[in-house]
Amino acid sequence: MTTADGLVAPPRAADRTDHLSAGRSRRRRSENLRGWIYCAPFLIAFGLFLIWPTLYGLWMSFTGTSLAGTNTQFVGLDNWKEALGDPQVWTSLGNTAWFTLLSTIPLVVIAMVLAVLVNLGLPGQWFWRLSFFMPFLLASTVVSQFWNWMYNPQLGLINTFLGWFGITGPAWLQDPSTAMIAVVITTVWWTIGFNFLLYLAALQNIPDQLYEAASLDGAGGWRKFLSITLPQLAPTTVLVLVLQLLASLKVFDQIYQMTGGGPGGTTRPVLLYIYEVGFTGYRLGYASAISYIFFFLIIIVSIAYMVIASRRSVKA
Amino acid sequence: MTATATTPRKRRSGVSGAAPARTAPVRDSGRSFVVVSRVVLVALAILWLIPTVFAVKTSLTENGIAALGAQEILADLSPTLESYVTLLSQGDIWNWYLSSFLTAIVTAVLTLLFASMAAFALSRLTFVGRTLIYLLIIAGLMIPAQVLIVPLFEELRFLQLLNTYWAVILPQVPSVLAVFIFKSFFDGIPKELEEAARVDGAGLWRIYWSVVMPLSRPVTAAVAILTFVWTWNNLLLPLFVLSNPNLMTIPVGLATVQGTFGLRYADIQAGAILAALPVVVLYLFFQRQIVEGVTGSGIKG
Repeated sequence: MTTADGLVAPPRAADRTDHLSAGRSRRRRSENLRGWIYCAPFLIAFGLFLIWPTLYGLWMSFTGTSLAGTNTQFVGLDNWKEALGDPQVWTSLGNTAWFTLLSTIPLVVIAMVLAVLVNLGLPGQWFWRLSFFMPFLLASTVVSQFWNWMYNPQLGLINTFLGWFGITGPAWLQDPSTAMIAVVITTVWWTIGFNFLLYLAALQNIPDQLYEAASLDGAGGWRKFLSITLPQLAPTTVLVLVLQLLASLKVFDQIYQMTGGGPGGTTRPVLLYIYEVGFTGYRLGYASAISYIFFFLIIIVSIAYMVIASRRSVKA
Repeated sequence: MTATATTPRKRRSGVSGAAPARTAPVRDSGRSFVVVSRVVLVALAILWLIPTVFAVKTSLTENGIAALGAQEILADLSPTLESYVTLLSQGDIWNWYLSSFLTAIVTAVLTLLFASMAAFALSRLTFVGRTLIYLLIIAGLMIPAQVLIVPLFEELRFLQLLNTYWAVILPQVPSVLAVFIFKSFFDGIPKELEEAARVDGAGLWRIYWSVVMPLSRPVTAAVAILTFVWTWNNLLLPLFVLSNPNLMTIPVGLATVQGTFGLRYADIQAGAILAALPVVVLYLFFQRQIVEGVTGSGIKG
């Protein structure tokens, strides 16, 4: 740059850009460092208690690790082969799928109905929210105690109520034909509040103009629901559906406390089987292998959602 | 930028108070529609309240009467606090309260600090590896915590943390959801506010701590409360890692003790209500933040 006719100005300009870029790269370097420093506490906790157990669990699934910590030798794919051939794994996966199906449908549909009804503009919003959302904040122990008591065959409220009409109610949680339904009812009661709030928020984001225009066109309440509310809620429904599928697949707490997986294993979900294998049967390696088979199912659901969601956003 | 900054506020007012705006378009669509929908709603609300009300009523009945069944419990007109007195006069439940409070509060504080710092960096700094961190965190969303319980147990045993509060606290601290909630809120805060502070010579930490965090009070409250509630309610982790009865949290303590209550149905229900009470009180005080946090987390999660 110092060549040719530029005698005075160019070197200075070059000097200045040099100086500037040096400053910028120094700043960039310090920003790199600071970025990592600010992320460090989270990343350390994340690595230690999420990434490491995930990888360690994968390793364990290839070993014969027991709860006593003995026999950690490598057994290759033995656990995986055993898990895939274990009828208990398939029954518990089947139970999980059955529970997911039975619980997801009402948890999406009823949540939407509740939100639409509450959103009609009744007074006492806090009261509706309290009734439908409060159970979501309760611990699974609390919910299980409430419902074990409701379902009590002789003393509980449900069978007492049925008795007033001369109906002899079943032993809800001990009867193989009603146990799963009973657990599903409890789950719907317990967790609907979350979906309800998501729907309520989505409803309140629908522009009023849409309804006003429809009114001018002479549309009634039902017509407006079908051609405005429902389509406008579609993205929320996809979200609620996936979050609900993921939550239902992970069912453990309430079943562990209400039926213990019984009667005769009819309500035992896969996570409960993993728990039994690992902590009652002391076979941590085998339990890990089953965990991973289950984990893959969860990943498939998540990826399916991402595909649907991205396709949706491409369309939009 | 200002438009995004107002979204959280808009959403809040939308959730808590926009109902009247919606009444007009629906009301003119037929009175019978409105009447029917109100009746259905009231019926559903009653249905939803019944289990809780029945539990409360049972807890206020004598054990002897409660053991006779629902009919006698409903007919009983002499409420008593006996079950609550019995439970609270036993030392265990106070230990469990203490454990639950300590673990939930420490978890909430650490979660807030770690998640907001990471979210601040992801939102405000451009640095090498930023995308990598972001992808890693998204992947973390997919890992179901329940699947980790076996290797986590082994890890905590190796670290000699079993039967300490840290075994309950530390695994719950890396909350991916909290980072997401914070980041989306931070992204909406206009950068001009920090520029002013930067001109005044404020460093990065001062911008984070004295500019961004004070502006993020609503989202901080939401994350804090939800973390508190989730930690308070967690059953699986404390069940596995705490076997010392003195250290048990409320859900675990109740789950282990309920078997010994036998036919003391009033005591069982009183125990459940005592476990739920702090969360209910928290909800009544922070209704708006909780509702906002849930809707925010759902939309971003």
